[in-house]
Amino acid sequence: MSEGAKHHHEHEAEHIRHYTKIYVILLVLFLVSVAGPVVGGLVGSKALVLITAFGIALVKAYLVCAHFMHLNIEKRYIGYLLGTTLVFMFLFFAGVSPDVMEHRGRNWENVAAKQETARAIAEHAAHGDGEHGGGAHHE
Amino acid sequence: MAKPIATTRSATTIPTGRLAVWWVLASEVVIFGGLLASYIMHRLGHPEFGDYAAHTNTAIGAINTFVLLTSSYFAVRAHFEAEQGRGKNAAKWLYATIGGALAFLCIKSYEWTHEIQEGFTITRNAFWSFYYTAAGLHACHVIGGAIIMAIIAQDAKKNLELQRVELIGIYWHFVDVVWIFLFPLLYIAK
Repeated sequence: MSEGAKHHHEHEAEHIRHYTKIYVILLVLFLVSVAGPVVGGLVGSKALVLITAFGIALVKAYLVCAHFMHLNIEKRYIGYLLGTTLVFMFLFFAGVSPDVMEHRGRNWENVAAKQETARAIAEHAAHGDGEHGGGAHHE
Repeated sequence: MAKPIATTRSATTIPTGRLAVWWVLASEVVIFGGLLASYIMHRLGHPEFGDYAAHTNTAIGAINTFVLLTSSYFAVRAHFEAEQGRGKNAAKWLYATIGGALAFLCIKSYEWTHEIQEGFTITRNAFWSFYYTAAGLHACHVIGGAIIMAIIAQDAKKNLELQRVELIGIYWHFVDVVWIFLFPLLYIAK
């Protein structure tokens, strides 16, 4: 095998090793994201549940975007393009969430949402299952 | 036959076909982002969602996460083979990725059948409406991706249009990323 061919072969093997390494890391993170909330539930730690479920989801998404979609070596304006759409998503959340997450404000009250929440919680307490007869949509 | 302009033109410093895929994904971020943001605000504003979410099957969601992560690995291997000009190998990895898509859909069908039999339908309440809408929209993307991948694999086998392997790969990884967020939202946060 010539020196050039050998170098090319090594270069290829290095790429494959890199992709395999990222895949293994993703699998390990996946296992942690499944086990973490279980442990968090057992010890009663909400922070552990949130970090292992959503924190790890962010890390996994970053690894896929950077190393599998090659955003780390893509033209920078592609990152700006995607980032802009994410900003729109956060703007949407910031603008709408107070009306959805709160059931009353200074001059308004979401009676239907309050009633549905109260009904569902009472039903769950009574049956140990919040699903029986729960057909009504709130709001 | 003349090549399509998306293949030969790169006025924006990247091939136009790849730029088009990024544009599609940017619009997908808004679609899925809006849906997930709506779900999160409802989840936080309605504590009863936690009780409803207790009925989703975490094991099945976890298996599907594993399947999609693995198929993403297959897709990146297909891209690598296409970059080396080995169309046949690229097609093989693409077929393996399609296998992942089919496995995902079979598992999802089993899961939905079971849930519908239990009475958890899309009209049951707001949680299940979100659940079926988000997972259903995602499943539609899986189906679409698998069909496009099969078409691209047919060409790749003949060493034709290998640049398309990268394009479908980028799309497929995005489908994986969406599931990475759907999994904790619908199956873990109970």
